[in-house]
Amino acid sequence: MEAFTALTSTAAPLEDINVDTDQIIPARFLRFPRKDGYGSFLFRDMRLTEDGQEKPEFVMNQPPYRSAKILVANTNFGCGSSREGAVYALFDYGYRCVIAPSFGDIFFNNCFKNGLLPVKLSAAEVAEIRRIVCEHPDTEISVDLERQTVTLPNRKPLSFQVDPFWKMCMQRGLDDISFTIEHRGDIEAYEKRHAAEQPWLHIGEKKKA
Amino acid sequence: MTKPRTLFDKIWDAHIVDRQADGTCVIYIDRHLVHEVTSPQAFEGLRMTGRKVRRPEATIAVPDHNVPTTDRSKPIAEPESRLQLETLAKNVAEFGVTYYDINDIRQGIVHIIGPEQGHTQPGMTIVCGDSHTATHGAFGSLAFGIGTSEVEHVLATQTLIQQPAKNMLIQIDGELGPGVTAKDIILAVIGKIGTAGGTGHVVEFAGSTIRGLSMEGRMTVCNMTIEAGARAGLVAPDETTFEYMKGRPHAPKGAGWEQAVKFWKTLPSDPGAQYDKTVVLDASEIVPHVTWGTSPEDVLPITGKVPNPADIQDEQKRAGMTRSLQYMGLTAGTPLTEVPVQRVFIGSCTNGRIEDLRAAAAVAKGRKVAAGVNAMVVPGSGLVKHQAEEEGLDQIFLAAGFEWREPGCSMCLAMNPDKLEPGERCASTSNRNFEGRQGKGGRTHLVSPAMAAAAAVTGRLTDVRDLA
Repeated sequence: MEAFTALTSTAAPLEDINVDTDQIIPARFLRFPRKDGYGSFLFRDMRLTEDGQEKPEFVMNQPPYRSAKILVANTNFGCGSSREGAVYALFDYGYRCVIAPSFGDIFFNNCFKNGLLPVKLSAAEVAEIRRIVCEHPDTEISVDLERQTVTLPNRKPLSFQVDPFWKMCMQRGLDDISFTIEHRGDIEAYEKRHAAEQPWLHIGEKKKA
Repeated sequence: MTKPRTLFDKIWDAHIVDRQADGTCVIYIDRHLVHEVTSPQAFEGLRMTGRKVRRPEATIAVPDHNVPTTDRSKPIAEPESRLQLETLAKNVAEFGVTYYDINDIRQGIVHIIGPEQGHTQPGMTIVCGDSHTATHGAFGSLAFGIGTSEVEHVLATQTLIQQPAKNMLIQIDGELGPGVTAKDIILAVIGKIGTAGGTGHVVEFAGSTIRGLSMEGRMTVCNMTIEAGARAGLVAPDETTFEYMKGRPHAPKGAGWEQAVKFWKTLPSDPGAQYDKTVVLDASEIVPHVTWGTSPEDVLPITGKVPNPADIQDEQKRAGMTRSLQYMGLTAGTPLTEVPVQRVFIGSCTNGRIEDLRAAAAVAKGRKVAAGVNAMVVPGSGLVKHQAEEEGLDQIFLAAGFEWREPGCSMCLAMNPDKLEPGERCASTSNRNFEGRQGKGGRTHLVSPAMAAAAAVTGRLTDVRDLA
C-alpha cells in the first residue's frame, strides 16, 4: 500500500448527500481485474454519457478540478455496498483524500487499506470548505496526517480524529496482515480455548499440525 | 456484580483475541462466507505472499452475484462473469475451501444458503465481503460486511482488526396488520432513522413484533439494517431460532446440540443492559411501504403521494429530492398507487426465501400478470426453488405469467444479464433503490413480496390490502 503522510492539493467539491458506492462504481465494473486500473470506472454514470462523452456539468469534468487529489464530499459518503472497488476507483483516478462529515462504515474502513485517507470534519466545516473551493477552485488544501489537520490558506488549521492504529498503518503504508500474523500465538491460544468452550463449532475439522 | 451486557457485548467480548491500549481489537471470526465478486483479489494476495487459508473448513464459498438465472447447461455468455466464476472455482480448489458450485442444488445467494445449511449459528462472528451479511444477525450472530482487503485478512488469520461498535436498540411491539410484513417493518425503520441513522452502531431488534416473526422475517429485517447505516442487526436467539436450526446439515448434532442450545440461551441481553441509542416503533401503525426515490430512506406508506420538494425546508434535502424525482420520472403529488410499473422482481437475499415466495404466490394465485409487465421470480437458492416446486408455487407463478428462474442475486444488482433498461420502472423485493442499481437508468421501488406480486397483476404500485 502507498503510504500517506501529508498532501497539498486542489480539491473537488461534491454537494450530494448519501453518495452510495453504486454511484462511485456501478456493479457492472466489479467484474474487471484491478491490474488494469479502476480510474475510468469512477462515477461512471454520473461523469460520462451513454456513449462515453464527459458530462460538462459534473464537477470532476470541470478544468479547475481535474487534477484535484482531494474530494470534499457530503454526509454519509460511501454508504451502501461493501465493494472495495469504490476505493480502488477513487485512488486510481488520482484521489488520495476524501473529506466529509460522515462516511459509510465499510467504505471508511476500506479507505485505510488502500492509501486513501478519509477525513471526518463537522458538517459546517466541510460545507465551508466546499463553498471555498467552489468559489476559488485553485485553492490548495493541506492535509497533514501526523498533526491530524486540514489547512486552507490564511485560515486556522482544522483538526480531525483518526484511529491511532490505522494512522500508523497509513503513515507507513503497512500491510495489516503482517501485524496480525505477529499475534499468531494469541490466535492459536484463542482457538484452543474457543474449541474447548464451544466444541460444536469445530466438529469435523482436521487437526492442525 | 458484573455490568449487564447486551447481546452484542457478549459476542464481542467472547471473540477478543487481543486488545490494544487504544481499544483496537483483534477479533476472532468463526465463519467466513465468500462469493466470486469480492474474493479474487484476496486470494491473489494470499498467493503473492505465500499465505494459506487459516481455516478452510470455516470458510464457505458460493457463486451468486454473476450467475445466470436461465438455463445453466449453457456456457456463461459474458466473458468477465465467466472469468470470475472460473476464478472462484480455481481458488477454492487451490486453497481447500468448502464450496457449493453452480450445479449443486445447494447453490444460491450466500446469505440464503448460510442459514439454510446450518453454517449460521447464534453467538458466532460471521463475515463476508458483502454488506448484506447483516442478514445472519437474525440468529443472534454478529455478522457484518467487509471489504476485499479484510477478506484477505480473514482468510489469512481468521481474525479482523476492529473497533467495538456502539449499541442501538430498536424496540417494536404490537400486532402487524394484514398485508404488513417484515419488509414493511424494516422500510419503516429506515424511513424513521434514515440511511445514516445506525452508522457506527450494531442494532438489536427486540419486542413482541420481532419475537413473533419467523426466521425468514427476522432475516429480512436484519438484512436491510445496513440500509440504515448499521453494519449489523441482531435478534436474540429463542425457540423459533432453535426450531429453524435443528437438523440442518451443519447444525450441531446429539449432545453437541444440547450443549449448544444451553450456551445460546445465555446470549440474550441482560436485564438493565445499556444502549447508546433507542428507537421505539408501534407495529400496529406500520402499513405496507414503498420507496419513491433513490435511497432506501425515501420511503412512504403505499397510501401516500409522491412528495413535493417545495415542502422541504432544508436546501440540501430539497435539491436531493428534486434530483431523485427527476431520475425516477415522478411528479410531486401523484398518489403512489397510480405509478405504473413495467417490471417486477421477486427475489434477493432480502426476500428470496420460501416464505417470501409463498406470500407472492398467494397474491398471484388465480390472477394474471398485467399486460405490458414483465415479472420474474428468482428463488434465493436451489433448495428454496426445489421446495417451492414441491409446494406447487412455480405452477402458480407460471400460470399467472411470471418467469420462474434459477437461483442467484440476479436483478438485485444487475451483474448478470437480468437488468432494467433505462427508464424502466420496477417493483422490486430487493434492498437498494440507488440510481442504476438494477441496470443503468432503471427505476426501482422497494416493496415486500406480496406488494411486488400485487404490482405485477395490476401493472402499477398497489396496496396489497386492496386485492383481498
